[in-house]
Amino acid sequence: MKARAFDYARPASVAEALTAFEQADGDASYIAGGQSLVPALALRLQAPARLVDIAHIAELRGIAVEEGWLRLGALTRHVELHDHPLVATHAPLLALAAPHVAHPAIRNRGTLGGSVALADPAAEFPAMLLAMDAEMEITGPEGSRRVPAGDFFQDLYQTALEPGELLVALHIPAAGPGHRCAFDEIARRRGDYALAGCGVMLTMPGDIVDEARIACLAVGSTPLRARAAEAALIGRRLDPDSIRKAQSALADDLDPPDDAEVPAAMRLHLARVLLGRLLGGMAEAA
Amino acid sequence: MSSALPVTLTVNGETLTRLVEPRETLADFLRRDLGLTGTHAGCEMGVCGACLVMLDGAPVHACLTFAVQADGAEIATVEGLTENGVLADLQHAFHQRNALQCGFCTPGMLVSAQGLLARTALPSRAEIRDALSGNYCRCTGYEAIVDAIETVARRRAAGETAAPFMEEPA
Ligand SMILES: Cc1cc2nc3c(=O)[nH]c(=O)nc-3n(C[C@H](O)[C@H](O)[C@H](O)COP(=O)(O)OP(=O)(O)OC[C@H]3O[C@@H](n4cnc5c(N)ncnc54)[C@H](O)[C@@H]3O)c2cc1C
Ligand code: FES
Ligand code: FES
Repeated sequence: MKARAFDYARPASVAEALTAFEQADGDASYIAGGQSLVPALALRLQAPARLVDIAHIAELRGIAVEEGWLRLGALTRHVELHDHPLVATHAPLLALAAPHVAHPAIRNRGTLGGSVALADPAAEFPAMLLAMDAEMEITGPEGSRRVPAGDFFQDLYQTALEPGELLVALHIPAAGPGHRCAFDEIARRRGDYALAGCGVMLTMPGDIVDEARIACLAVGSTPLRARAAEAALIGRRLDPDSIRKAQSALADDLDPPDDAEVPAAMRLHLARVLLGRLLGGMAEAA
Repeated sequence: MSSALPVTLTVNGETLTRLVEPRETLADFLRRDLGLTGTHAGCEMGVCGACLVMLDGAPVHACLTFAVQADGAEIATVEGLTENGVLADLQHAFHQRNALQCGFCTPGMLVSAQGLLARTALPSRAEIRDALSGNYCRCTGYEAIVDAIETVARRRAAGETAAPFMEEPA
């Protein structure tokens, strides 16, 4: 349970980080909070020759609203997503999901950028970013670009990040008034990766759903947007009938993995139960 | 090959500089290099919570942090938190309520409990269990641990303090 030897660089800027990575001839890893990478090194699932510690780069920090977008630096820690008033106001799905991510001590060190770069299909934040149409700001040797969440998560642990590229910040369209959000998941024990999870964001100025965004986790090889379930709600009242239609539409949206312990049908069932609970709760609160 | 790097950090109030290999975890650094064996190493992969220490005032896993990453940080281990009395009331309550048997999980439990009470003055039992979700105890069944933490939360809210925890004479 000990990592293989590696050398260690601690750059102070994004430019220095890119150089430190490049100098290792492709045999390097960035480390942010280390809450996923360190166990992988200890188990020797990974054994890079160099770790580039990005945790001290000021450009990767900060939580601010700029021109209608909430900018979250890649180094924003899970605990900050839970606590920060700007996150609660403009990206409530992240704040609601935060208590379900791992355990308190891991939330004190784990970063949003690390969770997004890792892209575990059962992770909460990637799915919530997908629901909110976030954009990922990426910088690499070739320059900078912004990739919509829908194009970023490509396959199991596979993202739009090229080797050596850095996730700099996450940009989220700031939620306006009239938004309602809910999140829940089912895990064997609190803090475990979920068997299924679901986040919902509705725009409902009156009692008709104007806009619906639903994303699910642990029900496919990437986080998934539930477009068919969304369509079943838009233009409708939030009532038992529309909720039932949204639940059954999930079959078209999700692609749960089939494993011996948790069959695909069970994950789909759990996602439907969650969606029903969330929408039912939102209807009651309306 | 990776060579040892100088690391300067404050441990239990004392600032020190040591050469460490980058792959050495903070848990191994505390235990082997500094002899502070109150920080326990169990799973060494972030699951059991035996290795929790305070890093800049918040609980973190010493097994999920390399010592080089803690350069410039302030670390408090169960030894330091015992000496300065921060944990005294929790230790008394754990003792009274039999919230430990073998004691392997206890340093991590105390650090988690301290972290919880710093954020939430009067947590519910469900919140206490939630905060301990990453702390495994193979002996007690948790009930006594939750009782002890709940008792301390009430005592702290009422402004009670405790004398430093001392082992009873044999
Ligand atoms: C016991 C345990 C339980 C957990 N439970 C959950 C859970 O329920 N839900 C959940 O979502 N997560 C869970 N996690 C994972 C945790 O949330 C991690 O903190 C998170 O996945 C990674 O963040 P990090 O900053 O620690 O990343 P690191 O571990 O530092 O890095 C992870 C990966 O991302 C890359 N990376 C990091 N930052 C960047 C960047 N800015 N640009 C490019 N690449 C980058 C690294 O190179 C590495 O490949 C758990 C972890 C543990 C140990
Ligand atoms: S030793 Fe660190 S969590 Fe088990
Ligand atoms: S007292 Fe033995 S593991 Fe908790």
